[in-house]
Amino acid sequence: MSSSNTTTITPQGAPNRRNTELVLLAFAVLVPVFAYANVGLAIDGSLPAGMLGYGLGLGAMALVAHLVVRKFAPYADPILLPIATLLNGLGLVLIWRLDQSKYLARLGQGEGTSNQLMWSCLGIAFFVGVLVLLKDHRILQRYTYISMVVALILLAAPAFFPARAQSFGAKIWIYIGPFSIQPGEFAKIIIAIFFAGYLMVKRDALALASRRFMGLYLPRGRDLGPILAVWALSILILVFETDLGTSLLFFGLFVVMLYVATERTSWIVFGLLMSAAGAAFVASFEPHVQQRITAWLHPMDIFLPEDQRPAGLISDQSAQSLFSFGSGGVLGSGLGQGHSELIGFAAKSDFILATVGEELGLAGMMAVLLLYALLVQRGMRTALAARDPFGKLLAVGLSSAFALQVFIVAGGVMNLIPLTGMTMPFLAQGGSSVITNWSLVAILLKISDTARRPAPAPAPTTDAEPTQVVRL
Amino acid sequence: MNKPLRRVAVFCGLLILSLLVRDNWIQFVAADDLKNHKNNRRVPIERYAQPRGDIIVDGEPITGSVKVDTGDFKYKRTYKNGPMYAPVTGYASQVFGTTQIENLQDSILTGDDDRLFFNRTLDVLTGKPKKGGDVVTTINPDAQKAAWEGLGDKKGAVAAIDPETGAILALVSTPSYDPSAFAGSSDEDGKAWNALQKKNNSDDPMLNRALRQTYPPGSTFKVVTAAAALEEGIYDDVNGKTDSPLPYILPQTTTPLKNEGNLPCEDASLMKALEVSCNTVFAAAADKVGNEKMQEYAEKFGFNNPKVDTPTRAAESVYPEDNRPQNAMAGIGQASNRATPLQMAMVAAAIANDGKLMKPYLVQQLVAPNLNVIEQTDPSKMSDAVSPETAQKLQQMMENVVERGTGTNAKISGVTVGGKTGTAQHGVDNSGNPYAWFISYAKTDDGSPVAVAVVVEDASGTARDDIAGGRLAAPIAKDVMQAVLKK
Repeated sequence: MSSSNTTTITPQGAPNRRNTELVLLAFAVLVPVFAYANVGLAIDGSLPAGMLGYGLGLGAMALVAHLVVRKFAPYADPILLPIATLLNGLGLVLIWRLDQSKYLARLGQGEGTSNQLMWSCLGIAFFVGVLVLLKDHRILQRYTYISMVVALILLAAPAFFPARAQSFGAKIWIYIGPFSIQPGEFAKIIIAIFFAGYLMVKRDALALASRRFMGLYLPRGRDLGPILAVWALSILILVFETDLGTSLLFFGLFVVMLYVATERTSWIVFGLLMSAAGAAFVASFEPHVQQRITAWLHPMDIFLPEDQRPAGLISDQSAQSLFSFGSGGVLGSGLGQGHSELIGFAAKSDFILATVGEELGLAGMMAVLLLYALLVQRGMRTALAARDPFGKLLAVGLSSAFALQVFIVAGGVMNLIPLTGMTMPFLAQGGSSVITNWSLVAILLKISDTARRPAPAPAPTTDAEPTQVVRL
Repeated sequence: MNKPLRRVAVFCGLLILSLLVRDNWIQFVAADDLKNHKNNRRVPIERYAQPRGDIIVDGEPITGSVKVDTGDFKYKRTYKNGPMYAPVTGYASQVFGTTQIENLQDSILTGDDDRLFFNRTLDVLTGKPKKGGDVVTTINPDAQKAAWEGLGDKKGAVAAIDPETGAILALVSTPSYDPSAFAGSSDEDGKAWNALQKKNNSDDPMLNRALRQTYPPGSTFKVVTAAAALEEGIYDDVNGKTDSPLPYILPQTTTPLKNEGNLPCEDASLMKALEVSCNTVFAAAADKVGNEKMQEYAEKFGFNNPKVDTPTRAAESVYPEDNRPQNAMAGIGQASNRATPLQMAMVAAAIANDGKLMKPYLVQQLVAPNLNVIEQTDPSKMSDAVSPETAQKLQQMMENVVERGTGTNAKISGVTVGGKTGTAQHGVDNSGNPYAWFISYAKTDDGSPVAVAVVVEDASGTARDDIAGGRLAAPIAKDVMQAVLKK
């Protein structure tokens, strides 16, 4: 037998793209550092004193994250981490920029950058923790029902804490000592885990056992149970916490995951009908929701004399936010040169996008929105590539939760939809949000690592001839 | 599971796409409306974001800008000698808006004017902050100061013009106000503003009396009546006898018109009549000219013109359409005859400039931040008020008034001065204290460099009315003329 003329080459590992990630990360750190310098130059005419510390801090965070990914998720998607870093870095710059406003300081919204930097570090710590401790995302499947209980507790908790006057009625915080926590943010991930685990088990029953009616597959009555339960929960959130955003997010998330799991379009129809009915029902007696809708339809009426103003219109936030975007125009005023501080309350959190719009203009806003789109689509891609149904469902759940949140916040700030109290992932001030979103990205990275990891080489069959590489 | 997953991915893409479309709508399509919305505070913030350009008097700025820490407006207007120059500048307040030059030349002062476009574009490219242009006024600081100090505590106004060009040399109104006091947006600014309002301050210090207040011109108007009589050919020789009975009964009435004291006014010549200020002679002359013609000549001097813009608009001076007795009274500056101090300065100026009335103007130049002149006011003729011959006759008469008549207080040695005093009755049954008037011009070999009108309200305690004008107003006019002549 002459085997000398046949050579087989052992598979080289698929490119793991870690170096790509590193290069992108360098940009993701440099861009916010330049932005930071830009703010300082625009406001004081000199480079800000904290610039070196800020640059080194962000760089160190990015480097740690990168090294951990290199070690614990070497095949993970290379774009997710740079986008998250860039958005987090820009968010810090924007918050620091708004910290310079005397107007906001007078309103009691003082310095927020160092806190946010601390939260960002904690976010990275969670990111590292998830990557190191979570050996395989499928482990999460074991905690399906525990997740359900935890999510319910987290969602219900704020209802038992009094709303603060300045939060315009929404009860989305719980207070522990000096800290205020938005449990709804954490619940986002945990509930996605619960849905993924639950639907993976039940999807066949939900998909197959159904009757056809008018071209739609109607689910059996007993299978309606879960969706009704989630619907009822989201209505309860709306009623007791007056939190339209969280309510919308959870219901939307459930419908999307149900649709993906069962491949039945009828669930979407049901979901839309139920959310419309629920919203109409709650709006009929809940003044807070009506106020939000009035403010959405007539934002400029706040400037009318008090007696002509529509009832329930209590804040000029929407109008001020629109002024911010409009005044920014196509190219924006330049960082540090706008007046988005006029929004006042929540300028650094829910309304942070208005600062992007005013100071970076339409161009900057589109870039930021496309960064979010890219992040979401990389998440979707991870879901497509995932080999196990739980991973698929979890990835699509996390990505669509992220997309829905971006849409609800940005749409509210731009007055496309009624305004709801939620934070822009990574950009906005808020510890709960930044920790949650770093964890979310870590889980996506873990899933994509598993998905992209090359399949182990098949065990050599005993009857195959030994192969060898002949080096010449 | 991949088919629905792809659909979900497309759906999320659509969500972001709808955000992009909305963003284009508010930041591009509707951007200008939002940017310039009347409730968008960025508009006033922008306006006070850089120092305003200055208003210049004789090469020196009389305004300034100072950085303030309160509120979100970065710069506040300041004024040097604010009360003295307030009738010239007006005010620019962060809260209460702008008036007069500050308002009319606002686009130059803020740097927004289209004529500064090139400058502005260059500044944007080179990264320099936006700068406002300057407004150069025609004011003569010495004349302004003389008028301001002359009026002192008295309530009144002074307007001085260069007869040959129409350039306004002095514009003073007392009591005045300091526009710096309410230029900012603090509580003190609000209090200062309230204290100056007419309802809280009966002196109405914010009224620009030189331009915006009309008074009965009294005897100073007699020069206009004399001009009409001469132009109409009713009298030719200023030294010839006139047809003026004494006592004079107002036409169509039984009311006799009195002179102030026992004056030699019967058939007195125009020269003599102006010298001692006979009411009877000029009332009779006005009646002979007739209401229609009197209006016509008054209009040639600038009366009945609602648009005398310096560019700050002067109130309309009125010679009324009226019946014979009222017309006769209007001929001596009473009845419904009303004139601003600027108007009476224009009368003196037209006579001093041989009958040619020049358009009064306050703004000499608009200057871009790079010192390019972007607008220059060239003197322009407003009307031929009277013929040069008539003007010369009127000059003789007015110079005679200062030489030996009621206006001797305005005499300046070595300079020819022509003038006319006036004391205007006002109020129901003339119950108010009379207004003391003086109008005059000075003449040198090179022509006449200055004409001035002075009004002092509340000229009480004078036995003979015409003395009031001569005693109170003439010295102020003299000081102003001297201030101009010194240069």
